[in-house]
Order: sequence, then C-alpha cells, then structure tokens
Amino acid sequence: MAKNILTRSTTFYDEYYRKPGADKKNTTYCPGCGHGILHKLVAEALEDFGVRDRSIFISPVGCSVFGYYYFHTGNIQAAHGRAPAVGTGVKRANPDSIVISYQGDGDLAAIGGLEILHAANRGEGMTVFFVNNAIYGMTGGQMAPTSLEGQVTTTTPRGRSIENEGYPVKMSEIIATLDAPVYVERVMLADTKSIMHARKAVRKALKIQIEGNGFAFVEALAACTSNLRKQGPEAMNWVKEVQQKIFPIGVKKDISDDFEAMRREHKKVKFEELFDLLDVHELNIDKEKVQKYSDKEVRQHFKIAGFGGQGVLSLGTVLSEMGMRHDYEVSWLPSYGPEMRGGTANCSVKISSRKIGTPLVDNPTLLVAMNRPSLDKFEDAVVPEGIIIYDSSLIDRKPERDDIEAIALPATKIADELGNTKVANMVIVGAINEKLELLSQEVIMESIGDVLKKAKFVDINRKAIGKGAEFIRNMG
Amino acid sequence: MAKQFLKGNVAIVKGAVLAGCNAYYGYPITPASEIAEAAAKYVPEAGGTFLQAESEIAAINMVYGAASGGARVMTASSGPGISLKAEGISYCAGAELPCVIVSIVRGGPGLGNIGPEQSDYNQIVKGGGHGNYKTIVLSPNSVQEMFDFGQLSFELADKYRNPVFIMADGFTGQMMEPVNISEPKIEYPEKNWAVKGTAETSDNLITSIQLAHDDLEAHNEKLQKKYSIMEEEEVRYEELYITDAEIVLVAFGIASRVVQSAVEELRKEGIKAGMFRPKTLFPFPKKQISNLSKRAEKFLVVEMNNGQMLDDVKLAIEGRKPVHFYNRMGGNVPSIKEIREKVLKIMR
Ligand SMILES: Cc1ncc(C[n+]2csc(CCOP(=O)(O)OP(=O)(O)O)c2C)c(N)n1
Ligand code: SF4
Ligand SMILES: [Mg+2]
Repeated sequence: MAKNILTRSTTFYDEYYRKPGADKKNTTYCPGCGHGILHKLVAEALEDFGVRDRSIFISPVGCSVFGYYYFHTGNIQAAHGRAPAVGTGVKRANPDSIVISYQGDGDLAAIGGLEILHAANRGEGMTVFFVNNAIYGMTGGQMAPTSLEGQVTTTTPRGRSIENEGYPVKMSEIIATLDAPVYVERVMLADTKSIMHARKAVRKALKIQIEGNGFAFVEALAACTSNLRKQGPEAMNWVKEVQQKIFPIGVKKDISDDFEAMRREHKKVKFEELFDLLDVHELNIDKEKVQKYSDKEVRQHFKIAGFGGQGVLSLGTVLSEMGMRHDYEVSWLPSYGPEMRGGTANCSVKISSRKIGTPLVDNPTLLVAMNRPSLDKFEDAVVPEGIIIYDSSLIDRKPERDDIEAIALPATKIADELGNTKVANMVIVGAINEKLELLSQEVIMESIGDVLKKAKFVDINRKAIGKGAEFIRNMG
Repeated sequence: MAKQFLKGNVAIVKGAVLAGCNAYYGYPITPASEIAEAAAKYVPEAGGTFLQAESEIAAINMVYGAASGGARVMTASSGPGISLKAEGISYCAGAELPCVIVSIVRGGPGLGNIGPEQSDYNQIVKGGGHGNYKTIVLSPNSVQEMFDFGQLSFELADKYRNPVFIMADGFTGQMMEPVNISEPKIEYPEKNWAVKGTAETSDNLITSIQLAHDDLEAHNEKLQKKYSIMEEEEVRYEELYITDAEIVLVAFGIASRVVQSAVEELRKEGIKAGMFRPKTLFPFPKKQISNLSKRAEKFLVVEMNNGQMLDDVKLAIEGRKPVHFYNRMGGNVPSIKEIREKVLKIMR
C-alpha cells in the first residue's frame, strides 16, 4: 500500500479544530467505515495534484455531514440531497475551482435523485464521490434506495421486499446512460486490492475535472459497520460477496480519451456597457413638440378588448408609451393566463396628468371593442358620457346605451384596404388620438418606429394611424 | 438617466443587473416566468450565469451554492415554487448568505390560480421555512419600485448577509409603466467570507449546522440582533393624506394602488381618509402605525388575502383603535367602489 494512505494527508487539518469536544484527532466515523477510507483517498489525491487550495468540498447530509471537520479546503455544507445543485452554483461562480460533491446513497439516490441526474446531464465541472453503504447510516439504519432485497433495516423489519419497496437503485448505470458524464465507475472498499483500485478511480475522476473540467462519478460500495453489525473482515466480505453481486463493480462509462472540455467562462463587461446591453437608451423626444400637450389636464381610462391576434395588447402599449413620451403618467395592464385562452384578450390603459392609482380599469372613459364578445362584455361598464369605438366591419350590432357616444369605425376594412389586416389596431390608435385630441400626431408618427421596434412595418403603421385620424375628421 | 416603458417583471431584472446581479437560477411558473425570461436574456449578456434549474428546490440550492461562492445571485418564483424553496431559504438564512428571492404571488392554496393575490404574506414575511429566521421583505406597488427594489434588494442582502425577498403579485409583474433608469449608488462589500476555490478562502466554511446547543443558541442570538438592527434601520413606508386623516387605510402592493384611488375619491367627497403603505413588510413599520393610532380614529386594512398583514397592524395598534378589514381573494382585486362603500359604512 502506498505510504500516502497510511500517513495523514496534508489536505486534512492537523487538528480537527471545528470538531466539538476534547478529541480533535480522531474522526467521527466508526472503525472500518467506508467514509473514512474514501476520505483518505480523496485527500491524498488533492494533495498529490496540488489543488487543495482550489478545492471546494461539499458535505451532504448523512454520516459525512462533517466533512468540513477534516478537509482543509473551502467547505460548504449542503441540504439533504442538494450537493450537486450547490456545486453547480459555486462552480459557475468560480469556474477555476475544483468542486467535490460527496454524497451518501440516501442523499444521492433518494431525496437528491433529480439534482444528481441533472448536474450529470449538464456535465457540470465537478467530481462526485458516492458512498453506497446500502443503508441510512446517520439516522440509525433505515432502508436506503440501495438496500438489498431481503435486507433487514429498521424500516424494513421483515427485510426489503421488491413488492413493497422495489429494486435497489443502480445509480452508476443510470448516470452512464447520459451523454455528458466523462467517466463513471463503481468501485468497492472491501480489501487492500479493491481499495488500491478505488484509489486509481478517485484520482482519475479528479484529473478529469482538473484537466478538462469534465463531470466524473465514482460510486464506492462500502460497509456501514455499525448498522451491518459486522466488523473487520466480515464486513468487508459482505461488500465483496453480497453487495457486489447486486451492484457489479467496473467502469460503466469512460470517454476520458476524447471529450471536449466544457469551459464556462463569463464575458467581461464594463459597467458603462451595461445600459446598452440592457436595451436602455435615452428617449428621442422633441420637448417643444410635446410641451403643449403635457400641460393639459388629462384623465383617460381605456379598456381595449378583442380577439387575441388582433393586436389588442399592442394597441394599448402604443397608446401608453406615446402618452409617456408626452410626459403623462401612464399605465398598461393586460389580461393574462387563462383569461387569454379561448381567444379573447383585453388590457387596461390609463393616461393621466396626475399620479395613477390603480392600473386596473373597471369603468373606462373609452372602450375599444374589436369583436362582439368584447362589446357585450364591457358596454355596461363604460362611464356615462363615455365613448365606445367599435370595429363595425366585424361587429354586427350597435351599442345599446344612449348615454354614451358610439363610434362605428370599420378598422379592419380600412386595414385590409391598406393591405394588412394586422394594422387595424393602429387605425384605432389614430382614431382615438384624433377624437380625444390627446397627443401630438406628429410625435406619434415620428416615434412609432421606436415604439413598435419593427422597422419594416413602420410605413404601413403610419398610414393606418393617418387613416384612423382621417376617419374621425371626416365624421365632422 | 433614461426613461423606459417597462413591464414589472422585466424592470426587476434590469434593476438587479445594474446592481451587479451576476447569477440567476430559476424554474418557470406563471406569473413569474417573465423574470426568468428577462434574466435569460440579460444576465449572460452582462457577464453572469443564467440557468433554468430542474426544480425550484434545485434552483434555491444553486442560489445557496452561488452565494457561497461570492456571486450576487437571485431567483424568482410564485406560491408553489416558493413552498419548494422554503428549506433552501432557511439554509441561506442560517448560513447567512446574501441572495435575492422574488415572489410574484398568485392565488392559492394548492395550484390555486394565476391571478393576483397577497395570500403568501405569512409564507414570505413570517418565514415559510423552519427555524428562527427572518428575511427582509420589500413590497413594490409600481414598476418603478420593481426596478428600484431590484437594486435595493442586492444592496441590503450584502449589507446584512441575509436573504432579501421582493414580494409582488401578478399585476405588478405584468403591468407596464414608465421607469426612470438610474445608476445605482451601491457599495460592493468585499466577500472575504465566501468560498471561492482560492488559497485565501480555503479555510472558509459555509454551513448552518451548530451541533452544540449553546453554539446554536449563540448563533440564533446573533441572528436576532441582526434582525433588530434591520428593524431599527430599514423600515420603509409611504403615507398619503395622513396628517389630518380620521380613517387610515393600510394596504401594501397592488392593493395600495386601488386604495390610493379610493382615498382620492373619498377626499373629494369630504371624507378625511388617508393611506399608509408599508414598503417593507419585514421590518414592519410597527412604530409608525402605533404612532398613527394615537391620532387617527379608525383603521381599515385592505388586502387580497384572508387577513394576514391585518394581524401585524392589530399588533402595532395594540387595541387602541378599531381595525376594520376589507378583502378580496381568488385573484380578484378590490374595486375603488367597494373600498369607498366600506369606508362610508365605517364612518357612518
Ligand atoms: C430534508 C431532510 N430529510 C431528512 C433528513 C434526515 N436525514 C439525515 S441523514 C439521512 C440519511 C442519510 O443517509 P445516506 O445518505 O445514505 O448517508 P450515510 O449516513 O449512510 O452515509 C436522513 C434521512 C434531513 N436531514 N433532511
Ligand atoms: S454509522 Fe455507518 S456510515 Fe455512519 S460512520 Fe458509522 S459505519 Fe460509517
Ligand atoms: Mg448510506
């Protein structure tokens, strides 16, 4: 056996100063426990590869929860089963670190089944050491997902039955089916020979991270001497003769000769560049042109409703964003989620010279109805003396109320004549603005490109706005 | 300073990125998904990490890992997802990790619906996870505040080494309003406690375990001290027409926007109504409400839940004055008319 296994690795603290109590020299592990053996192999490798400083050891919940008593590396203690997720976060934050996710079988194969699967599948640059001792050691010997058929545990007093608890879970085989893992091997800690072999696997798995930032996974069959109630050779024999029958050792996947190192480096960005990257730009507004509008007392509450696809929501955003460009207070609130299913959509828009309270419009001063169900639904909500603009090319009835002003605007027909049904909503924008004398038409025409962010359609949208305004003017 | 017309869920991400957010881990859920979508677009552009996790549990544990590693990290979700994150949030609080968690609250319990509710006040403000911990909870009621709190949350998280929540609702996330985009004036403290995979940090430990009872008690006492400093220094609130108010309406988040409109209408009718709005739900403006109760005669709490902040208001008022309650649930928002009628009834 190599000297390193016998002497204490410098990766371990000389004195386990974080360990409570007087004894700072001995570990918390029972004699013969697989954790103690695997710790030594990992510590020795980190020392030999000269990466102790760069290493981050993640302790699970289980008997190895106090890994940080021993390893003089950066240490993080993780929630039960979540070490691979924690490892993902810390590795992405520090791409040059060497991350070790050290887990038991309850931790990795039961509660943390999903986290290990996905970390492996993403090929996170981490090395996983997985101690399969077929039991929940820490909590006193309950069944693990890896407990063997017939194995008596405190929660399987009649022995694990396939019928009730299912089959032992073979994590190495599962992980090996994924594309990203570079190296997956199951080893056992059963005698000098198998431990020497395990040593090689540990070193190889760490090398894959150190040299190529690859994901590697080593499962170690190990004895929980306390809960097996077997010591020394008897315990070792159980691993070799009983456990190994169900969990055959060996390499399950190895593409270490030929894999692309996945570096996850971050772009370096200067603070000054952020505004541009966040699409934040100064508004391009001619203050003089909007001045006479922003001095006006305005309080308009719109409800805009129709089928999804008619541009109901963008009608609202254009109106409100134009309002903002005239220095008004504005708000826009869409219907969302299930309300949107079945094809109807609506939004509330407020444009006001004073601070806006609720953004929700219950009683609009102006209703835009782009289809019949919208007219049916919202007609009664309009305030007395309010306005209803409805698309008379699609709606086959007139509003019934006589205390409002109804404007029959054939918006879809006008849009069709312009060559694109989709601009019906902009016809309505033009009409609203003309009717209410709300905003500067010139400013709307100038900024519609900016607001819509679709340079290609600017012309036809401008035309549509113009036609809507013209329709209102011709009404006299 | 630029002005932009933004959706709440997008504004929060822009604020966060300007405040140095360089990691986002999340799992989609309506009505919070747009935060993940905006983060997916902007965080990597700004040099950070965005990752859609396999679950909210994984996401919060990635947050735990990233914060351990010194990142300025955030996640966002809604009711069911926040429930799943609860264990991880408790770990973050226990290990004193700075991070930002956004909850765009939806209707509950269970799958509920995706309408705006405030039914997760207790979940968020009172803990939600296990143990004696607190998180700072910011409650925006406008898109501007979504942006501002996106920045402020990171500043406070680092200042106190503590998780900070932003609690909003479906409406505040979905609505668009103008936002003044300003440069943050933030101090970026050196995180020499973090675990970065470097020689200098190789003796650092991030953990929430304290095995010895006395150690854990001492740790808890230290945490409580930190929370009382927050209560001294971080209370934020807004008052409207409060000086001569006979009835004070107390509301937070989107409900406060309706209350604001209702109060304005009531004032026109000659009713002396005022509004008090906590912007921080923890620390809760106890003192301020207590002082108000020495002047104002009546209180009306308006919430979109079964009366959760109501308890805190009553505790602050200590029975000095009657506290009335008006609520809607299930995704319904109280209307101006409903609130006005409730006030008229109380004042009669
Ligand atoms: C969420 C949660 N559930 C349950 C526990 C209790 N618990 C602690 S350790 C453990 C089992 C650990 O077993 P394993 O992962 O096999 O580790 P071993 O002790 O065998 O090495 C359990 C269930 C916990 N700490 N957290
Ligand atoms: S209980 Fe089992 S797993 Fe835990 S230390 Fe003892 S032997 Fe090892
Ligand atoms: Mg085990």
